[in-house]
Amino acid sequence: MERITGAEALMRALEHENVDVLFGYPGGSIMPTYDALYDHKKTLNHILVRHEQGAVHAAQGYARVSGKVGCAIVTSGPGATNTITGIADAMIDSTPIVVICGQVGVAMLGTDAFQEVDVVGVTSPITKWSYQIRRAEDVAWAVARAFYIAKSGRPGPVVLDFAKNAQTSMVDYQPAKADFIRSYEPDPDLNEDQIRQAAKMINDSVKPFVLVGQGVELGNAREELKAFLEKADLPCGTTFLGLSAIESDHRLNKGILGMHGNLGPNVMTNQCDLLIAVGMRFDDRVTGNLQTYARQAKIIHFDIDRSEFNKNVKVDLAVHGDCKKTLAAVTALLDQTTHTAWIDGFKPYEEKEYNKVIDKALHPKEGALLMGEVIRKVSEATNNEAILVTDVGQNQLFACRYFKFTKPRSIVTSGGLGTMGFAIPAAIGATFGAPHRTVCMFCGDGGMQMTIQELGTIMEQGAPVKMILLNNNYLGNVRQWQEMFFQRRYSFTPMVNPDYELIAKGYGIPAKTVVERKDLDAAIQEMLQTAGPYLLQCAIKEDDNVLPMTPPGANVNEMLLEC
Amino acid sequence: MEQENSIKLYTFIIYSENVPGLLSQITAVFTRRQVNIESLNVCASSTPGAHKYTITANCNLAMAKMLTAQIEKKIDVLQANFFTDEEIFINETCLLKISTPVMLENKNVCRMVRLHGAHIVEVNPIYATIEKTGITSDILSLYDSLKTLGCVLQFVRSGRICITKDFTEHLDEYLAEREKKRK
Repeated sequence: MERITGAEALMRALEHENVDVLFGYPGGSIMPTYDALYDHKKTLNHILVRHEQGAVHAAQGYARVSGKVGCAIVTSGPGATNTITGIADAMIDSTPIVVICGQVGVAMLGTDAFQEVDVVGVTSPITKWSYQIRRAEDVAWAVARAFYIAKSGRPGPVVLDFAKNAQTSMVDYQPAKADFIRSYEPDPDLNEDQIRQAAKMINDSVKPFVLVGQGVELGNAREELKAFLEKADLPCGTTFLGLSAIESDHRLNKGILGMHGNLGPNVMTNQCDLLIAVGMRFDDRVTGNLQTYARQAKIIHFDIDRSEFNKNVKVDLAVHGDCKKTLAAVTALLDQTTHTAWIDGFKPYEEKEYNKVIDKALHPKEGALLMGEVIRKVSEATNNEAILVTDVGQNQLFACRYFKFTKPRSIVTSGGLGTMGFAIPAAIGATFGAPHRTVCMFCGDGGMQMTIQELGTIMEQGAPVKMILLNNNYLGNVRQWQEMFFQRRYSFTPMVNPDYELIAKGYGIPAKTVVERKDLDAAIQEMLQTAGPYLLQCAIKEDDNVLPMTPPGANVNEMLLEC
Repeated sequence: MEQENSIKLYTFIIYSENVPGLLSQITAVFTRRQVNIESLNVCASSTPGAHKYTITANCNLAMAKMLTAQIEKKIDVLQANFFTDEEIFINETCLLKISTPVMLENKNVCRMVRLHGAHIVEVNPIYATIEKTGITSDILSLYDSLKTLGCVLQFVRSGRICITKDFTEHLDEYLAEREKKRK
């Protein structure tokens, strides 16, 4: 056994967990660890971000596209508090990340020492596990446990608060393994009764409808889902985070659920006789008014997290377990059947939405550029194979509606928390998590400025993020709500913007602005053919609205197609 | 449905590993769902290494189920269950400080203490300390009686402790099952 410092032990433990990329920012209380990192640069590729929030979002982007645990490392105090938004985001979107924060030495804890914050206290409510490493002897154990907890069961963020004395003191290092915690059951046994009952309910159903959530991707259950849907001819809708759990053009994929989703899936939610939710959590943006949500239907809920059952929607049957196993087990008991008449029932709604909304969004004849047409053109230019990273707001809603997906793990968006400023750092992380794929990032002029400093990271790393700035000189989504629900009182939503093209160029990033529709195709091609990063700014119609829309609190089937 | 929605006092019994910081995580589950904790008792359990939390709170059945599931989700929580008063044996303790001059002056004070099966544990010229163990209503009955007599100087109640009426100890069964899965 070798005697090494706690900081060096951390490096070895991270290597033992097969960490290859770290997103971070140094500072006082984490300096011994950064000193150790200096000797591990070949194995642990440290990406220096420009703000700690960026480190966590980058770790999230990395985790989402790679299926591995993302890792961020920051200093104590403000370094740690700057990570809070990303940690909360990872918690609500079930993203496996480990955030390592420096902390003052144990002798100083609780004394209001310089850059001291009670990180475990602050992060406990927004992490799956939060732990303070006070002794070098605990490093190997804590790191193994952190990675095991982050990635197993329903994934989530873990924080390790690393006291400075634990970084500098010596320890006889031995790698640790964590694959069992007696108080934690990440892979529950299948319940045969639940499986049989689910199969019977589906076999008896005439009008079944499946809600597909991110759980399918997190559980690597894409193939199992497809077999499940195809055997019993079950139409489905997806959540935003579940968008790439099934190909966009699969005949059984009827579109997106929720407030800005597609008309068919939302209307049919209130017409089906059996609603089958898989790895989703009935978020209020999906359900609308719970009092009228799918009241006519029996409901089955597949989830690995028992606390999700009956949390928002009361279900008739809960199927607890890893959906890779539960879906396969239920599929084996399903009748091979068809639901042609029921599935054909989606068509009138698809046609209505196409004629009233989609055609206008994708094929405008005149006027300023629209977000929808830009997004669809970018998607098609990548053969619908790219990773979509979005910010939050209209850019996100339009991008989720009009980008198309053919590959797994292709959507990186802040779904639950709705974090503006998410896109740039998350896209950086995605380029490291999937280095051989094209990463297309859509952002508005509001969110762009929230983490614009990460252009520095893109510059330094040459991270090949294809940034499409949909600039309408407004905080567009808030403006839309002000138009619809606040009597057009545009309170602080017009944006006075800098010259983004000039800013990108200042960071050495090639950039172009498109104003005319006729220039769009060529500009997209130039962006995609340019090696490395690129900023394509599109001058977007100022007052466009994302439609259709279920107004907040309204019934899920009552979508507005115009306003 | 009526049972689902009717508010009643539930007793939550939670077993956890003995790790720091867990208490605030558990109480935060109640706070976040706007459920007020009526009493809370935490101590080592009869199972070595496991801590036991006994928490009472008023809520409906659906909320009790939800709270229990969210508490059990915490990594270091071993088990969480909830019970109605009919499903458990309950005990709590109270201490009352009463005025000695009033007690000597009014014979009903000592009568009430005897009637309620309480004990006088200390007497000095200024005050006497009374101790009573029982269910909540017994304790409140004693307090109300003495308060009416105008002698109460101080009154403190412990949190509730309880034991289930089951024949088996579920935690031990659970731990035995879990140990079988240890690789």
